[in-house]
Amino acid sequence: MSFDNAYEAITEENDSRWAFGTGFTDPLEGVDTTVPSGVDGADLAAYCLMLGDDALILSHRLQEWCTHAPELEDEVAIANIGLDLLGQARLLLARAGRAEDAGRDEDALAFLRAEHEFRNVRLAELPRGDFGELIARLLVCSTWRLALVQRLTGSRDPVLAAIAAKGVKELTYHRDYAAQWAVRLGDGTEFSRERMTAGLAAVWPYVAELFTPHAVELRLAEAGVAVDPSVLRAEFDDVLGQVLRAATLDAPEVPGIPGVAGRAGRDGVHTESMGFLLAELQSVARANPGATW
Amino acid sequence: MVSAVASDEVSAHAVAATVTDPELPMLTLADLGVLREVSEQDGRVVVAITPTYSGCPAMDTMRDDLVHALSGAGYAEVEVRTVLRPAWSSDWITDDGRRKLAEAGISPPGAAPRHTGPVPLTLGPPARSVRCPRCGTGDTELLSEFGSTACKALHRCRSCHEPFDHVKEI
Repeated sequence: MSFDNAYEAITEENDSRWAFGTGFTDPLEGVDTTVPSGVDGADLAAYCLMLGDDALILSHRLQEWCTHAPELEDEVAIANIGLDLLGQARLLLARAGRAEDAGRDEDALAFLRAEHEFRNVRLAELPRGDFGELIARLLVCSTWRLALVQRLTGSRDPVLAAIAAKGVKELTYHRDYAAQWAVRLGDGTEFSRERMTAGLAAVWPYVAELFTPHAVELRLAEAGVAVDPSVLRAEFDDVLGQVLRAATLDAPEVPGIPGVAGRAGRDGVHTESMGFLLAELQSVARANPGATW
Repeated sequence: MVSAVASDEVSAHAVAATVTDPELPMLTLADLGVLREVSEQDGRVVVAITPTYSGCPAMDTMRDDLVHALSGAGYAEVEVRTVLRPAWSSDWITDDGRRKLAEAGISPPGAAPRHTGPVPLTLGPPARSVRCPRCGTGDTELLSEFGSTACKALHRCRSCHEPFDHVKEI
């Protein structure tokens, strides 16, 4: 038995000697991923990348919390939320790869794209921040994403609809976690209130972007495949209102940070921290081309 | 091995149904409701499984274990497919599965929530009533909605003071 390199040796076909198997199987193995008739494959791929990148990049930021959370229970909670989002990202990136039909799998899309090809909203990529900022970002992101995926369960693309239906169940727990912490911090001590207020102020400039539709989203919403994010604002404001009232906090009054010439995350225009994030996220895959894990 | 299958007529479904969950080894994939379908044609077996959570890291292990169990029983060709729809619900855990969970000190889930319209926000403790799997009292409290695996919450018994896992309702 001989191998060309060490990776081949440890990932050969017969993996019965490994307790937990090897590699990651395509999360859409055996799923019919035919693009529905009348739907543009390139648009569908771009849309799946948008939602997939939101989950992948925010999951990466949550992973940065490992060993840094204030208590063990929160350590576990943040890791679990990151894992759910990573799972959603894998499904969505795999779905994007199939819709695009250019031979790129989830790994190629996660590890081999350049910064300007990532379609996530900028809120997902902001640096880790402190616990108050984490809770503010999780509250905003999970409230927005839950409202989005709940509507997406009616998508004309059955794969996207199924991924969304799973996401609804997971995001319900994420939103409750963030909301309960926001109340505890906001209505807590002077110090915790100060941190929660500062956290909300830090993420708020990026909130408007969440509801600004991209041309791809509008075209696919028209085709019954996607959700126009501007319709989510009322539900978002209602939920945030409930949380902030319970937390005895006000919504921040800070100006939004516009993109560059009207272009932002959905167009691949990101903030300074995105390059650093990707450098870490992609370094192993790029240093070891063809490696599997 | 192949002849053993021919003589004993062990159905592919029966073999697949013995495979256990890697994180909850007291449960089979059938108990957990993850095993959706097993079909068999001309010695070729197709198994359909559904993930409990999107990021469930046990999926690959389940897949491998199914292939090993079935090829060990003489089925040369085994394909494991993912089914995403309908999404897994904790309601699919069988009565047998619930009993095995409780025996292992894990509180089984109550009925999964059903919504029409927007999902309601929960700012207080969850409405679920959880009995301590060790002493049986209903006087328990939630420590965290996120436990040792994606599918479990962490509770504590106020009577015997033991912490325990509870399978979340989804």
